[in-house]
Amino acid sequence: MDSSQDTDHTDHTDRTDHTDPAPDPHRPDTDPHHPDTDFIRLDGVEKVFDVRKKTGFLRSERRQVRAVDSISFTVSRGEMVGYIGPNGAGKSTTIKMLTGILTPSGGRLRVAGIDPSRERTRLAQRIGVVFGQRTTLWWDLPLIDSYRLMHRMYRIPDTRYAENLDRCVELLQLGDLLDVPVRQLSLGQRMRGDIAAALLHDPEVLYLDEPTIGLDVVSKVRVREFLRDLNADRGTTVLLTTHDLSDIEQLCRRVMVIDHGRLMYDGPLTGLHEIGESERTLVVDLERELPPIDVESARVVKVEGPRQWLAFPAAQSAAPLVARIAAEYPLVDLSVREPDIEAVISRMYAEKATS
Amino acid sequence: MADLRNLRGLRDLRDLRGLRDLKERRDADSGFAPAGRSRLVDGLRAYRLIAWMWIRSTMAYRASFAMTVFGNFAGSALDFVAILLMFSRVDELGGYSLGQVAFLYGLSSAAFGLTDLALGSVDRLGQRVRDGTLDTLLVRPAPVLAQVAADRFALRRLGRITQGLLVLGYALFVVDISWTPLKVLLMPVMVVSGAAIFAAVFVAGAAFQFVAQDASQVTNSFTYGGTTLLQYPPTVFAKDLVRGVTFVLPLAFVNWLPALYVLGLPYPLDLPEWVAFLPPLVATACCALAGIAWRAGLRSYRSTGS
Amino acid sequence: MGAGRLYAAVAASGFRRYATYRVATAAGVFTNTVFGLILAYTYIALWDERPGLGGYDQAQAVTYVWIGQGLLSVVAVMGGGFEDEMIERIRTGDIAIDLYRPVDLQAWWLAADAGRAAFQLVGRGVLPMALGGLVFRLALPTDVGTWLAFLVAVLLGVLVSFALRYLVALSAFWFMDGAGVQQLAVLAAIFFSGLTLPLNAFPGALGELARALPWSALMQTPADVLLGERTGSGLLRTYAVQAAWAVALLAVGRLVQSAATRRVVVQGG
Repeated sequence: MDSSQDTDHTDHTDRTDHTDPAPDPHRPDTDPHHPDTDFIRLDGVEKVFDVRKKTGFLRSERRQVRAVDSISFTVSRGEMVGYIGPNGAGKSTTIKMLTGILTPSGGRLRVAGIDPSRERTRLAQRIGVVFGQRTTLWWDLPLIDSYRLMHRMYRIPDTRYAENLDRCVELLQLGDLLDVPVRQLSLGQRMRGDIAAALLHDPEVLYLDEPTIGLDVVSKVRVREFLRDLNADRGTTVLLTTHDLSDIEQLCRRVMVIDHGRLMYDGPLTGLHEIGESERTLVVDLERELPPIDVESARVVKVEGPRQWLAFPAAQSAAPLVARIAAEYPLVDLSVREPDIEAVISRMYAEKATS
Repeated sequence: MADLRNLRGLRDLRDLRGLRDLKERRDADSGFAPAGRSRLVDGLRAYRLIAWMWIRSTMAYRASFAMTVFGNFAGSALDFVAILLMFSRVDELGGYSLGQVAFLYGLSSAAFGLTDLALGSVDRLGQRVRDGTLDTLLVRPAPVLAQVAADRFALRRLGRITQGLLVLGYALFVVDISWTPLKVLLMPVMVVSGAAIFAAVFVAGAAFQFVAQDASQVTNSFTYGGTTLLQYPPTVFAKDLVRGVTFVLPLAFVNWLPALYVLGLPYPLDLPEWVAFLPPLVATACCALAGIAWRAGLRSYRSTGS
Repeated sequence: MGAGRLYAAVAASGFRRYATYRVATAAGVFTNTVFGLILAYTYIALWDERPGLGGYDQAQAVTYVWIGQGLLSVVAVMGGGFEDEMIERIRTGDIAIDLYRPVDLQAWWLAADAGRAAFQLVGRGVLPMALGGLVFRLALPTDVGTWLAFLVAVLLGVLVSFALRYLVALSAFWFMDGAGVQQLAVLAAIFFSGLTLPLNAFPGALGELARALPWSALMQTPADVLLGERTGSGLLRTYAVQAAWAVALLAVGRLVQSAATRRVVVQGG
C-alpha cells in the first residue's frame, strides 16, 4: 500500500550489497574462506526492520528495529551449537538469514562458502531445515510420499536416497509410520518424520528451530539421541534454537545466547551456568496456608495460598530437600521446575550489572 | 506454461552477468545436481512434482473431489445461465446476439480456466506470508513462484475449462463466421495468449500481496472480475472503462479484439484491424512486467520478512 | 451475567473481530465496486433493450446492482461467516465442549454472526453504494421511513441467511469433508438470492420458484423494499414471509442440532 516505503527497503538492501565486496560471483576463490573452521561465518551481520506502529485510526509511525545487531561468529564443520535467547531476541531472524530466506541489511555471511541470500537454491541443496512448529510433510498423504517428493526435488541419486531413508527409518523408528497419512501422526512422530525429510539429501548443515517443542518425553529423548548420532557419525554441522535448556545440556558443547539482536555469550554451556548461577524451583502444595517453609539450602521465593515456590541450586539434588519438607510439613503435591532460558539470561544480566 | 517461460526468460536475462560462473560453480560443488539445468527447467520440474502430490492428495477424498469438480463446473456455468436468462427476455444485448456473446464468453472462460488451473493458487500468497509457510518454500532448491503456483493444484478447475469450451462449442455451432486460415489460426493463439495475460494478472496480484497480505480480494476483482467483464460485449460498457482495459490493463486483448476480428464485428474505440494480432506481444509484455513485480515483491519480503 | 448481556457481548466481539481486518475490508469494497460496475453496465444494456423488465425502470435496475453489492457480505451470500469456524470445531471434535456449555449453541453463533453482519453493513455496505452513486444515477429513496423499512428487511435477511448457513454447518456432523455441501449451498445462494440477476427478471415458472425460495429473503426482498416496491400491507406481508422462513429454518436447525448432539453423545464426543 505504501509503496514509497518499500522502495526504501529495497534501496537499503541494494546499497549494502554493493558496498560489500564479497558477493562478486566472478571471484569466488578469493574468499578468505577456510572450509572447515569457517564453515559458517558471520561478520557484523545486521538485520534492520521497519516496523509500523499504529498511533491512531489511520496514522502510523515508522520505527527501525534492529532484530540482529552486528553479530559475528564462526562455526566449524561438524560442530553442534545451541542458539538460544528469549522470544523476539533475533534467533529466528538469524536462522532465516543463514538459510537464505532473509537478506541481511548489513555485514557479511557465508555458509559453506555460499552467500545464502544470493544463491538460495544452490545452498538449499546443501542444508536441511526443520521448523519445529511447521511441518513440511504432505498432510493427507502417507509419510513415504513426502520422502519420494524430496527424493526427486533434491535430485538425490537412488542408492543414496535408499541408504539415507533406511538409516533414518531405523534410527528414528519410522518403519511402521511410512504408510500412515501424516495427519494421523502424533506431534512427536511428525517431528521425527520432518527431521528425516530434512536429511535425505545429505545436508552438510542442519538447522533446527525448536525441534522438541511440544514433544512428549519419549519423543524428546529419541530426537536428541538421533541428533547426537548424526553429528557424531556423519559429521553433520547442527545449529539449533530451543527454549528447552536440557536440549542444549544433552546435545551441545557450545552455546550462543542472543538477546536484543546481540550476541551475549558464546562458549560452553558450563560457563553459562556459572554466569547464570542457575537455580531450580520446587513448587510445593501444602494442605493449608502456612508461613514460608524454613529449610536450609533453599529459600522461598513466592507464596500463594497453600502453594509455595522454593529456589535451590541447580547442581543440588532435590531428594533430600523433598524428604525434609515432607517430614515437617503437611505435603499434598510437589513438582520440580528446571531453570528456563529466560531465567538464566535474566540472571546473566543481573550478574553483569553487579560485576 | 507459456507464462512461466516468459517470466523465466526475463529473469535469466537479468542474471546474465554471473550466470556462467554460477553454473560452473554449481556443477563443481553441488553434490548431485546434473549439469546445464536452467531455472526454467527447475521451475517446471518442481511444479510438476508438487502438482502431482496435490492431485494424489485430493484423490484421498474421492467423493469430495467429484462434488467439487461438479461445483466448479456449476459455479462457472451459473454465469452463463444468467446470460441465458437475460436472453430469454431480449434478443440482443449491446447489439450482440446470444451466439456472439457465447463466443466471447467461451473464449474468456477457456483462457481464464487454463490460468486458474495452472496457477489459481498464487492468490493464497498473502495467507502463506501471514502464517509463515512461505519460508518453508524458500529453503527448497526450486524457484518460489513455481512452488507457489503448484500449491493446492486442483484438477477440479478442469470444470471451469470444460464449461467454457462447451459454451465456445455452442457458439461456433450457432454463429455464422466466414472462416479464413488466419482466423482459424487466431483461435488457439487467442486462448493461449489470453491465458498468459491472465497469468500475468494473477502473478502481479500475488506480488502485491507481499506488500498487503489481506488484499487477495483485490486480485480477485481483476482476475474473476476481468473474466466476467470479457464475457459481455464491449459495446455494453462505458468508453472510459473500455479504454482502461485496452491501454492500462490490457484485458481487451484476451478475447475482445481478436474475437471481434473473427466475428467480423466493429472494434471499440475505432482501433485499427491489426490490433487483433497483438495478443502474443501483449501477453509477453504483461508477463515480463509481472515477473518484475514478482521479483520486487519477493525481494521486499526477503528484506523485511513480512 | 444475564443471557441477553452475554449474547450482546458475543455480538460485540463478532463486530470487533471483523473490524480488525481493515485491509481485507478495503479490498472487499474494491471488489464489490468492480463487480458492481460490470453488472451495472450489463443491466443498463439489458434494460435498454427491454425497458421495465421485472417492473424496474433502468435507474432502479442499476440501483439494484449496488444494493446487491452492498448486501453481498452482510447476508453472506458467498458464505465465509461463522460456519467455517463451526465446521472446523465439528471436525476437530471441539464442538462437544460447546454442547456442554451453559449457553445455547444456536443463539451463541447467531449473536456472533449478527455482530459480523453489523460490521459488514457499515464497513462494506455503505461505500460500494456511495461509489456507485458517483458513477450512476441511483433511484434511492429520500424518506427515512423507507430506509428504516429496508433495515428491518436486511435484519430479517440476515436471520434467514444465518439459519441456512447453520444447517450447512451442521451437515459437517454427517459429512467428513463439508466443502462440497458448503460449495453447493453458496451456488444456490448466489443464484437464488438474485445476486446475478434480479429474481423478478427471471422468466416464467423459474421466476416464481426463485421468488418463493428462502434465498429471496437475502437480497431481493430488501432491495425491493428500498426501491419502494413494497409499501403498506405489502410491506407487512413481505416481512411476514421473511420472518416465516427465518422461524422455520431456525426450528429445523434446532431439530438437526439435537439429532447431531445425540450422535456426538453416542460416539462419546
